[in-house]
Amino acid sequence: MLKTEQMVLNMGPQHPSTHGVLRLELELDGEVINSVTPHIGYLHRCFEKHCEAMTYPQIIPYVDRMDYLAAMYNEFGFALAVERLMDIKVPERVEYIRVIMGELQRIASHLVAVGTYGLDIGAFTPFLYCFRDREKILTLFEMTCGARLLYNYIWIGGLSHDIHPDFIRYTKEFIDYFKPNLKELNDLLTYNKIFIDRTANVGILPLETAINYGVTGPNLRASGLRWDLRLDDPYSIYDKFEFDIPVGQGWHGTIGDCWDRYYIRILEMEESLKILEQAIAQIPEGDISSAIPKRVKPPEGQIYTRVENPRGELGYFIISKGQLQPHRVKVRAPSFVSLSVLNELCKGHLVADVVAILGSIDIVLGEIDR
Amino acid sequence: MKSAQDIFEILKEKFPEEVISITTGKPKEDIIDIHPLSINKISFFLRDSEVLLFDNLILLSGVDNADGKKKTLPDGSFEYENNTLSVFYHVESTSLKHKITLRVTVPVDKPEVESVSEIWMCADWHEREAFDMIGINFLNHPNLIRILMPYDWEYGYPLRKDYKNPEFYAGMKVS
Repeated sequence: MLKTEQMVLNMGPQHPSTHGVLRLELELDGEVINSVTPHIGYLHRCFEKHCEAMTYPQIIPYVDRMDYLAAMYNEFGFALAVERLMDIKVPERVEYIRVIMGELQRIASHLVAVGTYGLDIGAFTPFLYCFRDREKILTLFEMTCGARLLYNYIWIGGLSHDIHPDFIRYTKEFIDYFKPNLKELNDLLTYNKIFIDRTANVGILPLETAINYGVTGPNLRASGLRWDLRLDDPYSIYDKFEFDIPVGQGWHGTIGDCWDRYYIRILEMEESLKILEQAIAQIPEGDISSAIPKRVKPPEGQIYTRVENPRGELGYFIISKGQLQPHRVKVRAPSFVSLSVLNELCKGHLVADVVAILGSIDIVLGEIDR
Repeated sequence: MKSAQDIFEILKEKFPEEVISITTGKPKEDIIDIHPLSINKISFFLRDSEVLLFDNLILLSGVDNADGKKKTLPDGSFEYENNTLSVFYHVESTSLKHKITLRVTVPVDKPEVESVSEIWMCADWHEREAFDMIGINFLNHPNLIRILMPYDWEYGYPLRKDYKNPEFYAGMKVS
């Protein structure tokens, strides 16, 4: 009689494909996964406790450090939440610059997601191509605010600096440069037969499960729901632009598989380019600091504000008691919610697929652990 | 799409005892107060009722209200007497596109709230976080253990307003 028992395998905390410090406890039956238990908290620094001791403008550098691949968008969301709490109307030019920065950040973040996903699966070359293009965006950010990763650029009611006089020209050049590169990336990775075999029909996320688990962003759209906060709960000036919301269609397998989640990000980069082109053509002149309040002291109340971060719905729940410091700041981190669905996705797959599935939901541990 | 007032009236008619009140006014969000030991059945109704269809729990957050009487202790630290804790539920409907905020409030001595993790699966981790940070005890939760702090953390709940840093952790001096 053959003796069989379940094997427990630890993946991480130091594992290249966990995209940070994450430990997955895999329960295996041979090579088939019975359950996955993520253990998080290795990067925990209690951001929310820090917030209660600081004034609102002081919090902005801290929100950069949550989702460090999309720092611009974190600032965008936080500034928007405090502005709504204080009823501040920001100048038109500021809104345009925020949208431009936000969409550039979305492309940069998706490039990391796509590049490292290839790397996880074994394709080294596309990663280098993605980082070469991301570098151009980081140069644009560096030109704007001096920082390449953590910006402290979007302030409550305005921005820290106006854009560089040549910024618009360089951004146009970037758009023209980047468009053909997307096609190149598709040829290199997207339609590669080995890549499709590794990702199509793997880790299928049905729509009901996705909604019930609160999964948002590209992962939800890949499962087939046309849901994008830029249009469904409009903020800033996104209603002025024309763009599509790509939805997963099961191009090479089933709706909501890893390939769909990957390809949605490629399509979203194209849509972001469309928004960028329109925003650059329409950007008005004006002052950028006229609405920055001297003292940020919101009235008593609470507000939940959400924006469409590259990873999904990023929400800030702020409770103010009418003081200079917030009473409570709670962040709804999209990666935190997306990671909780991992067990459902991995059940019944092989060990090698865990890496493919984990890469496809695109998590950033800085945001999960906060 | 229904306003918060409409949703409150539907709930009040169905659960006259358990639904307490609605607070409106901007920039405050509209909040419906619920009895902490009936949030489970109200959530089932919210999700399954055909006119509401709240299929998505956006966020579940625990809050220390710090509204008790502040008492300074001999060593300079302080604690609250008769303090209350709250849990906020932001729920929305992806098909009908309305959203609402629910709140339950419990005393700090007996912070017991019903779990909603069987209704919205994402509540599992959110509730673990609220337990970890604020110390709210979710009844009938399948696996209520710490999530962000170390599993063996025994120095209280960090996001409580009267939290004191421990002097030592695992034999190491930390503060």
